[in-house]
Amino acid sequence: MVTNVTNLGRSGLSDWLIQRVSAVILALYTLFIVLYLLFNPNLDYATWSGLFAQTWMRIFSLLAFVSLAGHAWVGLWTVTTDYLKPTAIRVTVQLLVILAIFAFLVWGIQILWGA
Amino acid sequence: MLQVSIYRYNPETDSAPYMQEFQVDTQGRDVMVLDVLHMMKEQDNGLAYRRSCREGVCGSDGMNMNGKNGLACITPLSEVVKGNKLVLRPLPGLPVIRDLVVDMGLFYQQYERIQPYLQNDEPAPAIERLQSPEDRDKLDGLYECILCACCSTSCPSFWWNPDKFVGPAGLLQSYRFLVDSRDTATRDRLSELEDPFSVFRCRGIMNCVAVCPKGLNPTRAIGKIREMLLADGS
Repeated sequence: MVTNVTNLGRSGLSDWLIQRVSAVILALYTLFIVLYLLFNPNLDYATWSGLFAQTWMRIFSLLAFVSLAGHAWVGLWTVTTDYLKPTAIRVTVQLLVILAIFAFLVWGIQILWGA
Repeated sequence: MLQVSIYRYNPETDSAPYMQEFQVDTQGRDVMVLDVLHMMKEQDNGLAYRRSCREGVCGSDGMNMNGKNGLACITPLSEVVKGNKLVLRPLPGLPVIRDLVVDMGLFYQQYERIQPYLQNDEPAPAIERLQSPEDRDKLDGLYECILCACCSTSCPSFWWNPDKFVGPAGLLQSYRFLVDSRDTATRDRLSELEDPFSVFRCRGIMNCVAVCPKGLNPTRAIGKIREMLLADGS
């Protein structure tokens, strides 16, 4: 049994599922935003702000933010365990990554609900 | 004359590994890489490599030929040589004992970890445990592995974490016992594999499939193990 403490889900199976599901959500969100921008060539602030004022868009956006946070955690955790062999450096980088993800997530929520 | 560049390292006399150049006269024949090694050994009998059956059954002479892992005994020159040049190196990622001979300890450790033997807690029948032809068919493409380590040593995930990631060869064998209808330890086997390294360090780049000299598909087996883990854990 291989132990693990700094990965997101404490198990490879849950990390893997989170990675796959969040990837689908992020793909859908990206597709939606790109299509929205293509179909609204003369986008102004009021329309853009109006889009994000709707509850379904806020739920969709928050879901995408949380997915991005989870996806980044799982992905970067994997990268650090592959390439950073000294424990002190690896754990430090992992904690910095987790802190950064947390900060960006809170910041994103603030932008989403702040306006 | 074939130009051969071969990795040499004798820890007793060399401070560092180096590449040695050989000129080999194959008399224009399309021989196997192992034959070329024999011709080189005639020139320098200090050259060390493993070989046994010389027909792709024992899995002793796995090595890196012009950048690709394979069995020297069943790889004809026409398949690997480009521009009359052949570069031979030991299997990547494993400690070198001497020249092309590598220490397979880590590879076997991972094989041992997946408990490569049938486990059955039901009373043994009088003669043998029967299996339907359909259940037997599930083992095709799994049992044929000869443990040559060509796949695991071509896998970056195994290079970076050979102590934690089971590797394609071990996982192919793991699935061979997970899917065997006569094995009853499935749940225990799965619980040993659900951590982030053992199975899930596989990123599906399929180097293992590209190099397997027996044409097996470890990536498919790993996908099946994931399916079993998901079915059991959801």
